[in-house]
Amino acid sequence: MKRQSDEAGAAQFAATLAADEKIEPRDWIPEGYRQTLIRQMAQHAHSEVIGMQPEGNWITRAPTLQRKAILIAKVQDEAGHGLYLYSAAETLGTSRDELVDLLHKGKQKYSSIFNYPTLSWADMGAIGWLVDSAAIVNQIALQRTSYGPYARAMVRICKEESFHARQGYSIMMALSKGTDVQREMMQDAIDRWWWPSLMMFGPPDAESTNTAQSMEWKIKLYTNDELRQEFINQTVPQAHYLGATVPDPDLTFDEESGNWNIGAIDWDEFWAVVKGNGPLNRQRIAHKLKAWEENAWVREAASAYAAKRSRDRIEATA
Amino acid sequence: MTYEIPELEGEEKVTTTGETAGAWPLWEVFVRAKRGLNHIHVGSVHAADAEAAVQNARDTYTRRYEGVSVWVVPTAEIHASDDSDAMFEPFADKPYRHPTFYEIPDEVGQL
Amino acid sequence: MTAPPDAGLLPTYALRLADDLLINAQRLSEFITHGPELEEELAIANVALDNLGVAQQLYEYVSEVEGSVRSADQIAFLRSEREFTNCLLVEQPHTDFADVMARQFFLDAWHCELWPALEASIDGTLAAVAAKAAKEARYHFRHSAGWVIRLGDGTAESAARMQRAVNTLWKFTGELTMGDHIDEEAAGAGIGVAPANLREAWMRRVGEMLDEAGLTAPDDPYQATGGRDGRHTEHLGHLLAEMQFMQRAYPGMEW
Repeated sequence: MKRQSDEAGAAQFAATLAADEKIEPRDWIPEGYRQTLIRQMAQHAHSEVIGMQPEGNWITRAPTLQRKAILIAKVQDEAGHGLYLYSAAETLGTSRDELVDLLHKGKQKYSSIFNYPTLSWADMGAIGWLVDSAAIVNQIALQRTSYGPYARAMVRICKEESFHARQGYSIMMALSKGTDVQREMMQDAIDRWWWPSLMMFGPPDAESTNTAQSMEWKIKLYTNDELRQEFINQTVPQAHYLGATVPDPDLTFDEESGNWNIGAIDWDEFWAVVKGNGPLNRQRIAHKLKAWEENAWVREAASAYAAKRSRDRIEATA
Repeated sequence: MTYEIPELEGEEKVTTTGETAGAWPLWEVFVRAKRGLNHIHVGSVHAADAEAAVQNARDTYTRRYEGVSVWVVPTAEIHASDDSDAMFEPFADKPYRHPTFYEIPDEVGQL
Repeated sequence: MTAPPDAGLLPTYALRLADDLLINAQRLSEFITHGPELEEELAIANVALDNLGVAQQLYEYVSEVEGSVRSADQIAFLRSEREFTNCLLVEQPHTDFADVMARQFFLDAWHCELWPALEASIDGTLAAVAAKAAKEARYHFRHSAGWVIRLGDGTAESAARMQRAVNTLWKFTGELTMGDHIDEEAAGAGIGVAPANLREAWMRRVGEMLDEAGLTAPDDPYQATGGRDGRHTEHLGHLLAEMQFMQRAYPGMEW
């Protein structure tokens, strides 16, 4: 097929972005745009898939039949979301297998939040409410991202994910209305998940190296700090509604801006976990890799069977 | 969910080539939301064979009863237009093909 | 938590149907995050959710029939091993994907015969649950039988693994269609189905698929039983210890 010249392609790419229209798979795109998208979408997909583990940890111990079904459905959605995102990444001429391989080799990352352990049932509430709410704030913004397949995956994911945050908050509400033991369990979970949730939005704008270029390409539409503030403002009153506190002695409400101002985030912890030294970085990858390798024979068998059947069909028609 | 995972100093730039050796092939998925509507493209799945692709499409894309029928097509079999060629633009300036182009007095009635 | 003293035929019968589904769903859900591909994670979760959904409906019905002395959750989470009446097949642990699919395949084949027959129950609730479950079972069977064939007729390794799984689980399949006095009474009263009447159909269904997969059923006639009387393999206790952890550790709380 005849391809556009780089010059014409670049002009059309710029015009499409300027018109706020979507870039689609077969369009000419700058290599940097492609690489940035692949990196971001792969990280996003890996996060969904690794994110199945901390919650998967409680499926077999969920306290009621209903909660068990909800948790299975939620973890299943995460597999689905990972799949949608790999799908979208594959439209850029990459393959799911190679992205998964990069994850296994530690060359691509996933959100650090999943390197923390889930220690009690209340963590299912905290993850749904805090982690998924943080994700939703991020993802709602990404529904308008410039790359069509990514934006469409986000629309589908956001539609499905609002149930995730609500079921999490519903777990927390049940705990808040329960016994002292349950309320302690709830507060302990909030204490452990609050700061890591805030760190999900990434480093402060001043230190965020990729932001300017990503915003120019309309991959990213809001800065880390803007989204983090939006999350804080929506979440602090929800914590208070539960009769809980967030673990921040410096938290204040600013009447004028309507913002809840937080104390200092421990960025040393953030960087340590990003660099691989969180509580469970190694285990998460080891678990994923083990499942992948242990099932290689299944994938091979399915391929071998398909090859035999298609040979049979060819012979039958010959 | 997402979040920014910042680049670390000295982070290796990875390149992807689209290598698929050994992987289950990719299939595009089309879902009919309800009887009377067209199948619409929703995404893709991997599967070793067509039957598995249909089942995977059902299990992945209709979990909330979004469909009553699915089609799967090997991604490699999709042939597409070259959209950079402006091959559709000639149709943009023919407003006379649309009914709203014509002003017909009300008293003429249904037309 | 023990059953009410005058537990009648209907709840006793419904309970074994429900226990099969819950324990199977629990085993399937153990496999989540251990699957061969994302698509298969989704498929397995769908089966687990279907099984769990029907189990919950049945437990709620049992609770209602018993006069609401205990809730569906109390029935699921506060009975001891000896009070569970699931078949031994579903409590068997898995060591690989072949085990998961073989267990599911034998169970789905049984459900493909059981549920349509149970649609004729004179008990309206059981008949309605059976009608819903029958549709689900057909799809589950297509999925598990599809894998049995792919793995049986895939590579030398997959064939060996699949055959090993069939061999290991075969001795737990007879119980599905063996039936006991409860089944006979339930069938006699028109509320249940006599499993023995479905034995031939189950054998045919399973046999056809094993044939197509190039697998064979072991000719060892030994068949383990006891599940329906609450005499289980040692595996169930561990499964329940995990599943019932929250309700046992924090008694009487709402979640």
